Formats: sequence, structure tokens, C-alpha cells
Amino acid sequence: MAEMAQNGKADNILLDVKGLKKYFPIQKGLLRKVVGYVKAVDDVSLYVREGETLGLVGESGCGKTTASRSIIRLYEPTAGQVLFKSRVLSPDGQPRMVNLLELDRDQMTKVRQEISMIFQDPINSLNPRMTVADIIAEPMVIHGKYEKGRSEEIIVNLLERVGLRADHLRRYPHEFSGGQRQRIGIARALALNPRLVLCDEPVSALDVSIQAQTLNLLQDLQKDFNLSYLFVAHDLSVVQHISDRVAVMYVGKVAEMASAEELYANPLHPYTEALLSAVPKPDPLYKSERIIMQGDVADPSNPPSGCYFHPRCRYAIDRCKIEAPAFRELKPDHWVACHRAEELQLKGI
Amino acid sequence: MAVATAPTALPVAKKRELGQSYWDLVKYRFKKNKLGVLGLILLIALYVSFAAIPEFIAPYQLENRSNFVEAPPTAIRFVDANGQFQAPFIYGLDRKIDTVKRLRTWEINTDRKYPLRLFVQGDEYRLFGLIPMNIHLFGIEADQKEQRIFIMGADALGRDYFTRILYGGRLSLMIGLIGQFLTLALGVTLGVISGYYGGAVDMFVQRFTEFLAAFPNIPLFMALSAAIPAFWSPIVVYFMLTLILAFLNWGGLARQVRGLILSLREREYALAAKSFGAKDRRIMFRHLMPGTMSHVIVIATLSIPGMILAETALSWLGLGLRPPLTSWGTLLQDAATVRAIRFTPWLLWVVPPILVTILTYNMLGDGLRDALDPYSGR
Ligand SMILES: Nc1ncnc2c1ncn2[C@@H]1O[C@H](COP(=O)(O)OP(=O)(O)OP(=O)(O)O)[C@@H](O)[C@H]1O
Ligand code: SF4
Ligand SMILES: [Mg+2]
Repeated sequence: MAEMAQNGKADNILLDVKGLKKYFPIQKGLLRKVVGYVKAVDDVSLYVREGETLGLVGESGCGKTTASRSIIRLYEPTAGQVLFKSRVLSPDGQPRMVNLLELDRDQMTKVRQEISMIFQDPINSLNPRMTVADIIAEPMVIHGKYEKGRSEEIIVNLLERVGLRADHLRRYPHEFSGGQRQRIGIARALALNPRLVLCDEPVSALDVSIQAQTLNLLQDLQKDFNLSYLFVAHDLSVVQHISDRVAVMYVGKVAEMASAEELYANPLHPYTEALLSAVPKPDPLYKSERIIMQGDVADPSNPPSGCYFHPRCRYAIDRCKIEAPAFRELKPDHWVACHRAEELQLKGI
Repeated sequence: MAVATAPTALPVAKKRELGQSYWDLVKYRFKKNKLGVLGLILLIALYVSFAAIPEFIAPYQLENRSNFVEAPPTAIRFVDANGQFQAPFIYGLDRKIDTVKRLRTWEINTDRKYPLRLFVQGDEYRLFGLIPMNIHLFGIEADQKEQRIFIMGADALGRDYFTRILYGGRLSLMIGLIGQFLTLALGVTLGVISGYYGGAVDMFVQRFTEFLAAFPNIPLFMALSAAIPAFWSPIVVYFMLTLILAFLNWGGLARQVRGLILSLREREYALAAKSFGAKDRRIMFRHLMPGTMSHVIVIATLSIPGMILAETALSWLGLGLRPPLTSWGTLLQDAATVRAIRFTPWLLWVVPPILVTILTYNMLGDGLRDALDPYSGR
């Protein structure tokens, strides 16, 4: 990990998101006049290296889902760049960076073979009227890669790999438990051999006992299939042992991004510090003061001025109310958006 | 490692649930609804006898005229003049002229007896339009000039009215089915598109359905049927009529489907399909539309009677089908004169089949609704 931190941003980047914005218009009245915008994602920059897991953490409603969906254009982003090292789009098979937001329909469809998504809700993300076999086969069918026999074999292998049995193929989603359904969703996400998987809180709807199992499965699959993950979660404890690096989001912006060890040990952003203070500690004797943030999460349709976190930040100064802090690389591979990042001595775990 | 142990951790599914699809569950629940099952059986019987094989069930051909003008329904007897019990038979009819009332009447002649037979030979026909046959379900073995059997009487041209009701049912029942099918095709397709795309497309479709709904039906229908050229063959008119009925009816269905799609569209499985690169068409018709089907089937079943009634009512008004096409509507037109009700009341025999059809459709529709609705995991 230490050497990774020194490498800086440059090498091995698979996904590089720059200044991503997604504003949802708020419409009112008969004529559906736009009276404002929900700035669900407001200037998100992050990157994922090949073979690693980037945890994306933030409170509910801070725009994690919107960000991950905007990355593969399930929502059409308002602004920004999503650079992805694509193989299918380059003529010679050599991976080449492309901006997903500039692709036309057909190209975008092609890229979707390389980026897949696991959804938060294992009940709603599987079509209740399709069998498990049809669900897992769907990505192949869509891309015209389904061949009788060969594909069926792939599907059975996938199913067994995620811990289900071949005789589950002809069943319907409602016959499975939540954990099993999520495994079906995982198998589907792997059907086309993607390189990047966007996991939108894949375990938060599951029982705590199943969560660890599913996380382990995801980690094993990452090794076997050489996957990169963007792993969304709403608290730091879930991403702690599965992420190589972690990005912390607050109201549509990334507050801090660093390698997991670095971020947990030396947080540079007051918000990260507050979140860390809420992470349960393995040592029961270890007493840490839990930082209680005052106020509520800011409203993305009417965010505060300056630094969005200033009404709740205990280190806020006057400048924070006026000027929004830039997202900058303070140390190699450690990014933060706080005016006082240099001077503050924040507590990690 | 968690993965290795996972398979054994799977709960073993109960036997009955193995491979149970949504439709299996629906079937199971539908079977428990006695009225619904009865409705289904009756409907199948209706469609088979009226639409599929009326040629076989009817004793005569549709247009087979006779001299037995306005003969009353023939009584089927088991006891002869001597009080002897015997196999079913009928007596012959003799024509009498009542010079006082200046009326033609029919009198029973107990000297002529004709036993009732099953599977008698009679008029030639082609079953399903293919197989040449001359066997009829029942009848009497007699020269057609000498005697005929009219279990529901004869009309003003001496045609067997029972035969006419059977054949008329074919058109009326089929207009309901075909019309409803067209309505479904139009309503579901436009509803899905309107709900999925939203925006301007939605706006246009919705305003158009409102326009159709706001327009008074009868004047619109009169205008449309006036637009049908008189020289068109009755069969073309028949298809135009189904088209018009479908055209007037799809709006309500489209609105309901649109509403369902609006909620289904937000389901993550639609997004998931999109994330894997599915085209709009696939998302709309493979993922979203099936979710509306249970609802659509119920609505369709419950509104077929409306179609049948519309045809009947319009033909009765003289706006729909015209003779020589025979439908329940045109038969009703014949029955709807004071003279007919006074002298040939058996022409009202056309009413019970209409009522039974409507009732059975409603029974089936209610049963389906109960079977389809309570499903939560749509
Ligand atoms: N389609 C939409 N239209 C309008 N506003 C939206 C839409 N989707 C999300 N939002 C708003 O954007 C903000 C971010 O939502 P998002 O679902 O991305 O949050 P999240 O971080 O994923 O939250 P959670 O942890 O609850 O899943 C919320 O305020 C939400 O109300
Ligand atoms: S910029 Fe100011 S308000 Fe924002 S986190 Fe840093 S110290 Fe707190
Ligand atoms: Mg979310």
C-alpha cells in the first residue's frame, strides 16, 4: 500500500471521473416550469485503478447512487468527463481512454460489456417474470453473444461460482432469499466478463449474517476475474476491509479520497473524521469520543454557500462560508477538499 | 472461505414451490374460484358451439328458407296421443288460414310423427371451412319440404331461428374477441410507449385519448359508419366495424397501461436491463409490458361484453352490420317491432345468449382479477 501511495495518480487508471455533475430539474405547475435543480451530484472527481476497489462512502441522499448511475449514463450527466480505458472500442484491441459522455448510442452499448452494475435492491433488480437462466443470459442476448450450449455452460459455471446450483436455473427470483437473489445479480453482472463493476450498496439490503459472505464472494470474484470495483456504501465500516482506496462524499461532492489505510489513519477532512468516530472499534476498551455533527445533511436543491459542510463543521472559519474549497491532491494519492486540511490535526482510528 | 460453504447454507425449497412461476400461482388461485372456473367452462362451450362448429350443431344451413313462415317453436314430445311414453318425437305442422282474423296459423297434425334423431344427415357444409360433411347434431329424418324442426321457431322467411342464433353468435362473439384484440394491441402499445418515453410523446397520446373520450360515441359512430361506402361487401363492413370499435375503445386501456408503466419504469430491473445495453424496445416490451399483463387481461375480459353489446346495439340501430350478415344485433333488429313481439315472440330467443355471454365474461373476469391481483411481488 505504501508504494501505491507514492505512485501518485498517473498509472494504471481504468476509470477517471472528472467534474461529474448531475442536476435533476425541479418542475412546478401545469407548464412544468423548471424552478430549480436538485444538485444530486455536484462536481465529483475520482478514479479507479485496474484491479482495485474504490469504496464510495457517504450518508444517505448524498448522491452515491446518482453518481454511479451517471458514470454509465443510466442518468445523462449534466457536465463532466468519464474517462474509461476501453478495449472493445479500440480498433487494435489495445486499451484506450475514451470519454463515455462523448460516445454515441452504439459505442455506448458496446462499452456496457466492459462495465456492469450490481444493484442495491435484490428484489427489484431482477425481473420477477424471468427465470434465473434468462436473467443471467440477458446481457449475452443483448450483445448477440448468446449461443445455445456454450452460453448455457457459462451460465451454469457462473451460478456455481456464486454459490448457487444448476438446478436453480429454471426457477423464478421470488423463490430465493435476499442473499441468493443478490448472488444472481452478481452472476448477471459477470456474464459478459466486465472489467469494471459498479456495486451500488450490494449488501446493505441483506441480513448482517449474509453481508460478510457476500462481501467475501465479491472479493474472491475480484481476484478470479481480475475485476475493478467502484463499491458504494453508506458507512465506512463496510468498505473498510474490502477497499484499497476510499472516497468520501458529502452532498454531491467528494470530500476526501485516499488509500484505505491512509484515510482511516490520517483523515484530512473534518467530515471524514466525524464519520470515523462513528465506526465501531474492535477493541471494547478503546474509548473514543464520538463526534456528533450538528444539524442535518444539507439539502442538495438548496446547498449552503462556500463549503457545503460548513454549517456542521466544528473547524469552520469565515472563509468556509464564502469560498468553496477545491478538491486537491495534498499528499501523493491523497485528495481532499478543505481549506484547513494542512493545519488541522484530525483523529483517525 | 465463505463461498465454499455457501451452497450447503441454501435453504431447501419446499417441494410444492419448485419451479412455480407466477402463472402457476395464478392458475392455482384461479382454480379455487368456482364461479370463475364455471364462467371459463361456459365461455369455452359458448365459443365452441357458436363460433367454431355452429354448422354441426344447427339442424339447417343459415340461409335455408322454407314455406314454414313464422312457424312457432316445435314442441319435442315424449308422450303420444294415446298417453304412451316413447322416444322423443315431434308432430307435423299444417298450414291453416284463419279467414276471420286474416292470419296464417300453424296447426299440429298428430297423424304425422317424426322421431327426433341424433347425428342425422342433412344440409351439406364444410366444418371449419374445410371438411365437407352433412351430419348434424340433431334433427328429424324427413323431406325438408314436408316437415322441419324449429326448436326456437322460424322467422319471416321460414328459416330456423335456432340456426340463425347460432350463426349470429359467431359474428357477435368474434367481433368481441377480434375487436378486443385490436383494442389491446393499440392500447397496450401506445400506453407502453407513452409511459416509457413521457414528454411530448406522452402528451400527444394522452391528449388524443382525452379527445376520443370526450367525443360523444354515437354521433362519432354515425359519422364513421356514414363514411363506409355502401357498395362495400358486408364482410368488409364487418371488419371496419371491429376496427372502429377498437379505435373508440383503446384510450382507456392506454391510460391504465401508461399508469402502470410509469411505476414499473422506476423498477430497478428496467434500469438493470438498460445498464447492460438493452434497447428501448427490449426494455418496453420484454421487461415492462409483461408487468402490465395481469391487469390488461382482467380489463380485456371485463370489457369484451361491452364490445359485443356495442356491436349489438349499433346493428340494432342500423349503424353496424347489415343483412345478409347475421349477428345478434341484426337478429335483434328483426325482433324489435311491435308486430314481431305480438305475433312471433320467439324471436326474442336471441336475448338469453347475449345475457349469458355477458354474465360468463364477467364471472371469468372477476375470477381472473382475484387470481391475478393479490400478487405483491410484481
Ligand atoms: N430521479 C431523480 N429525480 C430527482 N431527484 C433525484 C432523483 N434521484 C435522486 N434524486 C435526489 O438526489 C439526491 C441523491 O440521491 P441518491 O439516490 O443518489 O443518494 P444516495 O447517496 O444513493 O442515497 P442512499 O444511500 O439513500 O441510496 C437525493 O436528494 C435525491 O432526492
Ligand atoms: S472547508 Fe471549512 S467548513 Fe469545509 S470542511 Fe474544511 S474547515 Fe470545515
Ligand atoms: Mg443509493
